[in-house]
Amino acid sequence: MKTAIITDIHANREAFEACLAHAEGRVDGYAILGDLVGYGADPGWVVDRVAGLAADGAPVVRGNHDLGVVEGAEPRMNPDARQVVEWTRGRLDAAQLAFLAGLPLEIVAGDYHFVHASPRAPRAWEYVNGIREAERAMAAAKARITVCGHVHQPALYHVGPANRVVRFEPSLDTPIPLRGPRAWLVVPGSAGQPRDGDQAACYAVIDQALARVTFHRVPYDHETAAAKIRAAGLPESLARRLTEGG
Amino acid sequence: MARAPLRPGDLIDGFTLIERVHRGNMSSLWRVGRDDLDLPLVMKVPRLGYGDDPTGIVGFEVEAMIMPTLSGPHVPRFVAAGDFETLPYLVTEWIDGGALHERLGPLPLPPEEVAALGARIATALHDLHLQHVIHLDLKPNNVMFRESGEAVLIDFGLSRHDRLPDLLAEEFRLPMGTAAYMSPEQVLQVRNDPRSDLFALGVLLYHLATGELPFGSPTSRGGLRRRLWKDPLPPRWAKPEFPPWLQEVILCCLEVDPRDRFPTAARVAFLLQNPDQVPLTRRAAFQEHDGIVDVFRRWLRSLGSEPVLRHSLSDHLSQAPFVVAAVDTRHGGPLAEAQRATVRRLLDATPGARLGCLAVMKTSRLGMDINVDKQGNNLHVKALVELKHWARPMALPAERVTFHALEAPDPATAILDFARANQVDHLVVGARGQSRLRQYLGSVSAQIVANAPCTVTVVRASEAGGRDNIA
Repeated sequence: MKTAIITDIHANREAFEACLAHAEGRVDGYAILGDLVGYGADPGWVVDRVAGLAADGAPVVRGNHDLGVVEGAEPRMNPDARQVVEWTRGRLDAAQLAFLAGLPLEIVAGDYHFVHASPRAPRAWEYVNGIREAERAMAAAKARITVCGHVHQPALYHVGPANRVVRFEPSLDTPIPLRGPRAWLVVPGSAGQPRDGDQAACYAVIDQALARVTFHRVPYDHETAAAKIRAAGLPESLARRLTEGG
Repeated sequence: MARAPLRPGDLIDGFTLIERVHRGNMSSLWRVGRDDLDLPLVMKVPRLGYGDDPTGIVGFEVEAMIMPTLSGPHVPRFVAAGDFETLPYLVTEWIDGGALHERLGPLPLPPEEVAALGARIATALHDLHLQHVIHLDLKPNNVMFRESGEAVLIDFGLSRHDRLPDLLAEEFRLPMGTAAYMSPEQVLQVRNDPRSDLFALGVLLYHLATGELPFGSPTSRGGLRRRLWKDPLPPRWAKPEFPPWLQEVILCCLEVDPRDRFPTAARVAFLLQNPDQVPLTRRAAFQEHDGIVDVFRRWLRSLGSEPVLRHSLSDHLSQAPFVVAAVDTRHGGPLAEAQRATVRRLLDATPGARLGCLAVMKTSRLGMDINVDKQGNNLHVKALVELKHWARPMALPAERVTFHALEAPDPATAILDFARANQVDHLVVGARGQSRLRQYLGSVSAQIVANAPCTVTVVRASEAGGRDNIA
């Protein structure tokens, strides 16, 4: 079983479609790790597409932007994100909102723990963006391999018998073994809003049978995605972020 | 992790244990068989007791991670790895004939034998480096040979894969390797330089050629650090008749700073197969240790030595390519000029590149060739003279260029064989006109493009007079 892990799509239809097209033929299934919406101009299309995958059995967990759209933006959210959350809510119909409202915070399946932010307190939306955070996340994980989103840059952490958490900058298109007894934490990076200076969408493929992860970057038409953000009257900074990749 | 001891006849995941062939501190080796595989197999079972040294466990993890990524004649074929949580094991092809240290008779070996063994090991190392792996524990116990003669590298427990997490580097704060063979940068815990393997190869060659280990087998960290400043005794100290070219190769491999060593294992393999092409420097003549001033200077420098981040392995290899120009010196003219311009652009863009200039003298298949022309000049020498003349305008320093004249009935095959035997990265060949006969028979360049093991650039002289002028 090979699963494409796509996360932080943020209503970016072009990026999501590019990842799905890249994954087609390589995988047997999908997992979506939250933040389907927010920032981008195509929330309805993205939610419908993810709901279709969920109906086919794909695990889908909820992110902080999804929660914001359902329950109103949290006070901590930055002004741009808040503005988009409010705008998004007006674009989604009752069924789409109900789909977001029904998403679980985490899913544990066999060796894998899928969650949007840290397994330590999934609703605290802690960023796993350093050794200490990864150590806490892995200590709280309910499976040997944690897979999470929320952080927009791809990363891979692992801890072995010496009990030292180590960060690895993932090499692209190379299957990386996630062998036991070592514990691993996989951050595929954001599909819909990459922030490492590379505009290409991030996603990863996990081969459960062989316990391997492969990180991919997929170029997509970010100019069109940015133009849609401008046309919708959403903040210019969000459009620029897509064309600059950061 | 207690479990019943393994016995002959036991069945593990389809593998039948035949006999235990080795029992070490870290692992046992069993000859095993599987019904559907007509291949002699060996199973490595690590000893993982409670309270065992975690480096042993991680070393086994590393090997289980790296082995499945490797292929080709220079590594044992990977067959299966057991689940770590139930029963960890690793099954690979069994290589007959024992490791190098078991095969060696009394040392020292004659220089030609040292060079022949060294070239085979260097070729295996280069193949490993091309697969993104640095061995980091090269020594006679870890080198075997196939019946066909190729060297096979084994035991990847301390190795580093350039594109996979380094499970060893960050977790442990100790130099890892075998004391006698460990490179100075490994002493400083740098684990990403392929030239560390060249240092170990230098130790191995020194040992084969002199019977001595250049740095002994120190047991303390201080003893290990001595190699950061203290140079080994040159082989010519004990044996003034020791060939300068072999001393040059060995001492260059043993340079403290990896940047002063050869850039690639392919270069070492090439020089060991072509002793007359070894550029001799001061090293070739040394008969003593360096003077006290040099040693003191290196000692001072070693005090501030910190591990530094270097390029990735593939970046490193791509910075030192072996470019070979197959030049048809008989025709010269615009084509030879265009070929030189192309080569010059390649060398300018990659300062680490070196050039081999190759001429093939066509011989008849019946072997009645005369190697002198009508005036009595030696044709082989003549070809070399012409090659040097062709290369002269590029004004390359001697260590960047070599010249080779081959005699063969079929030039394309000779060029391809040369490219394979010398790990050539880029061939630059010339293509002459486009006559009907050529289209029908196929040109040398087309044959090379179709079969080359590397990148090929086909150079054509620009058609100044237009296409109409070509017959």
